[in-house]
Amino acid sequence: MTDALLPALVLATSLLPALVIFLLPEPAWRLRTAVNLAGAAAKLALVVVMLAGVAGGATYELRLPLVPGLDLLLRVDALALLFVTLSAFLWLLTTIYAIAYLGDGPDQSRFFGFFSLCVAATTGIALSGSLITFFVFYELLTLSTWPLVVHRGDAGSLAAGRRYLGYTLGGSAALLLGILWLESASGPVEFTAHGRLVGLDAGLLRGCFLLMVGGLGVKAALVPLHAWLPAAMVAPAPVSALLHAVAVVKAGAFGITRVVLDVFGPGLVQELGLGLPLAVAASFTILYGSLRALAQSDIKRRLAFSTVSQVSYIALGLALAGPVAAVGGLVHLVHQGLMKITLFFCAGALAETLHAHRVEELDGAGRRMPLTMLAFSIAALGMIGVPPMAGFVSKWWLGMGALQAGQPWVLAVLAGSSLLNAAYFLPLLHRAWFLPPRDAEAPAVPMFRREGDWGLVLPPVITAAAALAAGLFAAFAFSPLGWARLIIARDYGL
Amino acid sequence: MADGLADGPWAELLVALPLAGMLLALPLGGRQAHRLALLVLAAGPVLALLLAAQLWQGGVVGVALGGFAAPLGIALRADGLSVLMLLTTAVVLCATGLAARAGFAPRPGQGETRAGLLFWPLLLALWGALNAVFLGNDLFNLYVALELLTLAAVPLVCIEGKPEAVAAALRYLLFALLGSVLYLLGAALLYGAHGTLDITLLAARLQPGPATWMAGALMTAGLLAKTALYPLHLWLPPAHAAAPAAASAVLSALVVKASFFILLRLWFDVMPALAGLGGATLLGGLGTAAILAGSLLALRQERLKLAIAYSTMAQLGYLFLMFPLAGGGTEAQPWSAGAWTGGVLHAVSHALAKAAMFLVAGLVLQAAGHDRIRALQGLGRAMPVAVFAFGLAGLSLMGLPPSGGFVAKWLLLTAALASGQWWWAVPMLAGGLLAAGYVFRLLNPALSAGEGQGWRPVRRRWQAIPLALALLSVALGLAPLLPYLLLGLGRSPAAEEGLG
Repeated sequence: MTDALLPALVLATSLLPALVIFLLPEPAWRLRTAVNLAGAAAKLALVVVMLAGVAGGATYELRLPLVPGLDLLLRVDALALLFVTLSAFLWLLTTIYAIAYLGDGPDQSRFFGFFSLCVAATTGIALSGSLITFFVFYELLTLSTWPLVVHRGDAGSLAAGRRYLGYTLGGSAALLLGILWLESASGPVEFTAHGRLVGLDAGLLRGCFLLMVGGLGVKAALVPLHAWLPAAMVAPAPVSALLHAVAVVKAGAFGITRVVLDVFGPGLVQELGLGLPLAVAASFTILYGSLRALAQSDIKRRLAFSTVSQVSYIALGLALAGPVAAVGGLVHLVHQGLMKITLFFCAGALAETLHAHRVEELDGAGRRMPLTMLAFSIAALGMIGVPPMAGFVSKWWLGMGALQAGQPWVLAVLAGSSLLNAAYFLPLLHRAWFLPPRDAEAPAVPMFRREGDWGLVLPPVITAAAALAAGLFAAFAFSPLGWARLIIARDYGL
Repeated sequence: MADGLADGPWAELLVALPLAGMLLALPLGGRQAHRLALLVLAAGPVLALLLAAQLWQGGVVGVALGGFAAPLGIALRADGLSVLMLLTTAVVLCATGLAARAGFAPRPGQGETRAGLLFWPLLLALWGALNAVFLGNDLFNLYVALELLTLAAVPLVCIEGKPEAVAAALRYLLFALLGSVLYLLGAALLYGAHGTLDITLLAARLQPGPATWMAGALMTAGLLAKTALYPLHLWLPPAHAAAPAAASAVLSALVVKASFFILLRLWFDVMPALAGLGGATLLGGLGTAAILAGSLLALRQERLKLAIAYSTMAQLGYLFLMFPLAGGGTEAQPWSAGAWTGGVLHAVSHALAKAAMFLVAGLVLQAAGHDRIRALQGLGRAMPVAVFAFGLAGLSLMGLPPSGGFVAKWLLLTAALASGQWWWAVPMLAGGLLAAGYVFRLLNPALSAGEGQGWRPVRRRWQAIPLALALLSVALGLAPLLPYLLLGLGRSPAAEEGLG
């Protein structure tokens, strides 16, 4: 009984708040906040229950037939939980942040309604047990994100929204075609039965893989499909956080993970000769994103190109197809999320409190907002890969995995990327901590009010601490690394 | 109890009740007519559900009116396809009737209007005609029902007496009459060659030959004109755009589906073996042209209602892909009759979604006094529920989940790819992207900032009507199993094996 109930409940904890919030009148902010936070907290509690269950070998499954043989299937396995846990944890913090960020702005019922719907879609993506289920939630995510991107309703937001839809819907069409082409030959595909694709024509399989990964690559911002992501920077900061760390980009990367690990299987991907091209594409994206980030003087744009680069570590790890590299890719799904959301939270807070949007405007920010800048610095150092931060752990496993898979050139990519990361993050830290503020007579603000609204400060501090902890305690079983090793051990049958 | 329900005269009532209501409503006059009409309409979903239960328990329902057997008397037949269409019709008409009170119910303190007097009897006549089409089992009875449908639909277009509506209605009438003549000619040829027009008898007796070929071609051409398949679509956009919104909703959602339904009967039930590959490919090709041309034209419209009307033209195109794809690629799949079921589900989900969209357009006209797309800034704040309904309905048109349109497209696309006819998949996917283009082009100004100047407030309960329809089209995507099983009852074998 509970086996089927849990996935439904965990989905409902964000779907129901979405529906309730849509119906709330605009001034009812107390009730809206309560519903939001209650949903987020309930989801986190359910996730903890499932973590314990799945660690002990349980799986939870809910099946809803569409037509005979074609089911909407929610299944909680270890990989699903990796993503759900990340999104549940970050959603709670992003909600707190968003409530503070939006203050008493207009259209909040619409905003938080779609916000919750987005997280429901992300949860659905994580729990999907079959290709059609995945596609359903993947599209729900595309569509429920759009109103958030255009939330401000000015010309710039609408243009960004058009570009976002143009890219993502095009990607969806490719993904759909790939899925249908595959399923027209094999019947409906679920994420468990390995080896059902054996015996199909190699050309068909290669074509499907290309279409599916290409389609997913739009959301995962693989170059040259990435241009929507920097453009979407016009969205409010909590939406950027959601796009970059919790939901959209991650959904693409997670989809690639599912396709490689659970649809084709790493063995078949290597056999078809598809791993190396994907690894090359990911490597190119890593370097290209970093180079472009270097050239940006708008903080959020710099962070956006950094996302383009960092998310491709995930695809790189999976493309190398060795278990060690795959662990590195999977763990980066979590690590990148923790670090990048911290950076965006901080960027939003800096923009709100200091009106700092460009790199030069960060001068002396460390004195004005020490906590925020501390969190920012931890995340930035983690991105660069300084031990013992989370980013270092990812890169270590990726590097080891590359050697194990016999692809030593990847080490050069990792090293080059780390140098570039340092080149675009360290100047920010230098300006914030070592240069004097631009306007010498900054208003005398009492110490405890300096950082602005606590709702903008607390979330990044917590995520920065989590990023630090993920690196420091990586050896623990319930650390992201421990969990990623569990997934790979189960998937490779080690 | 269950037996009593299973034996009830639900099919007869579904035809008789609306017509009786129409006859009563005329003398009652405008003050009472809308009450009576709403009462009768409210009985619709109940009757259709009862008929569904009857079908579920006892298999295909056959009724000989007055006890006369088929060649002499009027026979009614209800299979899964009929019942699903009847249900859709009843639901859409109920919603439209409720929404039409805004324009056609008498206002306190004002006299009767001609439009208010005529609208309700016409709506009931239209409903009766639709039900007669969906239950008919005789090609001549179908002709009569189709004529009644035309005669009810054309006046609805120009009921408000605007000059451009009258012109559009005349053009509609011209195409519809041309279609009728062609259909009747074909039916006459069939009768001359085989001595019956009863579908069941005809299917058993049908011999290939020049007369049969000719008859099939004539009837098909006539029905295409009434379904507004490209290039015979010219009447549809002006007529559906000029009609009052409540009428447009019914015309776009249901009326064009009636002639399509007869086409399905003709091809799949009467002459499945005769329909060669060439004919099916031709229909599919015209459908493809309709999808692409309709979507591109919808993208270029400046007026909301015209854009929705062109979208109807495009969406009708998908239905015709059923013909070449029927029977395709069921081998690797656990379901049967995928393309045929997909096509029918598409018709149903489009009916719900399109009715919702036109009702939203009606609310926009009511609130703003115009429907120029560029000048709809701030609509999202003025009527959030209606805009949300529009977006949900848009899901079905784009073929995106969760919606009935998505499941329909999934089945059609799978059939196309599995049978190696991948070229039909391309326009389907392109049509989805183009639909996204025009749906979001309409939503864009609605979500842009700025308060709409001079919006008249629209109550939430009026906005709830299109929302209910849109939610149903979404629900169809989440639970298509029931309609799927229903459609399996009395399904033509050609739906599984393909034509030809």
